[in-house]
Amino acid sequence: MLRRRYIPNMWNEMDRLQREMNSLFDHYDRPWSQVAGYPAVNVWMNDESAVITAELPGVDVKDLDISVVGETVTLSGERKSDDLPKDVTYHRQERGTGKFTRTIDLPFTVESGKVQATLEKGILRVLLPRSEKDKPRKVMVKAVS
Amino acid sequence: MSESKSDGKNLVPRKSEVTYDNGEPTRNRRVYSPLTDIVETADEILVTTDMPGVDEKCVDITLEKNVLTIHAYPPEETVENYSLVFGEYGVGDFERKFVVSQEVDREKIAAKVKNGVLTVHLPKAGPAKARKIEVRAV
Repeated sequence: MLRRRYIPNMWNEMDRLQREMNSLFDHYDRPWSQVAGYPAVNVWMNDESAVITAELPGVDVKDLDISVVGETVTLSGERKSDDLPKDVTYHRQERGTGKFTRTIDLPFTVESGKVQATLEKGILRVLLPRSEKDKPRKVMVKAVS
Repeated sequence: MSESKSDGKNLVPRKSEVTYDNGEPTRNRRVYSPLTDIVETADEILVTTDMPGVDEKCVDITLEKNVLTIHAYPPEETVENYSLVFGEYGVGDFERKFVVSQEVDREKIAAKVKNGVLTVHLPKAGPAKARKIEVRAV
C-alpha cells in the first residue's frame, strides 16, 4: 500500500524534471521569441492513439488549421490582436500576436479520417488515432505436430 | 520531434513560473505568472491576461487598496488512459498582482473571460478623470 502511494508522485516529478530539462536546452542558442516554438504542446500517448494538447489562449476556432499527413501533424493559425479603441496608451505589452506554424512528428501513421479536435477555454486538444495498418499485428504460432 | 516557425511578433509560448521569496502557498501546486497587456484609455484601464483553461468559475479578482490581484485555479490537465510522453508546458494556478496608480471606480469594475483570455475593466473614478491643472502665464 505504501509503495502504491509514492509511485504516481515520482512520475509527476519525473515529468516535471523532463519539462524543465527540455526548456533548458530549448533556450540555448535560440532567439528569445523562438523558444520551443509556438504554441507549447504536450503529447500524450497510448497503444491506440495520441492526444496533442496546446495552449492557445485568444485564438479563434476559425483562425486555426490542423492538417495531418502520414505521421506529421501541423498546427497553424493566427492570433489576432484585440479590438481596442484608437487612443490607447500601453502600460505593458507581453502578449504576442501573429501567425504561427508548428509541426509535430508522431511515431506512427495517423488515421487521418478519424482525427478529432476541440478548442475550449484556450486549450486545443487533438485526438489522433493510430492507423489500423500501422498497428502491431499478433502473429499466430501454430504448433506443428 | 517538432519544428516550428512563426512570423508573429513576440509569440511566446512561455508562462513563467512564480518563485516566492517570503512564504510559499500552502497548496502544493505550481503557480504561473500569466502574460499580460495593460492599456489605458480616456475612461478606463484595461488589464488583459492569457490564462488558458480558465473560465468564470475558477478565477478570483480583488482590488484591495490599490493592489489588483488576479488569481485563477484551472483544473489539472489530464487525458484519461494516456501517458504524457512529451511535455512543454505545465498546468498550475495563475497569479499576478499590479499596483494601480489611478483612482478606480470600484463599483463599476467588470471582468469577462473568453477563449482563455481574461479582460478586467477598471473604470477611472469621476473626479480624478476630470482633474486638469491649468497653467497660467505670469
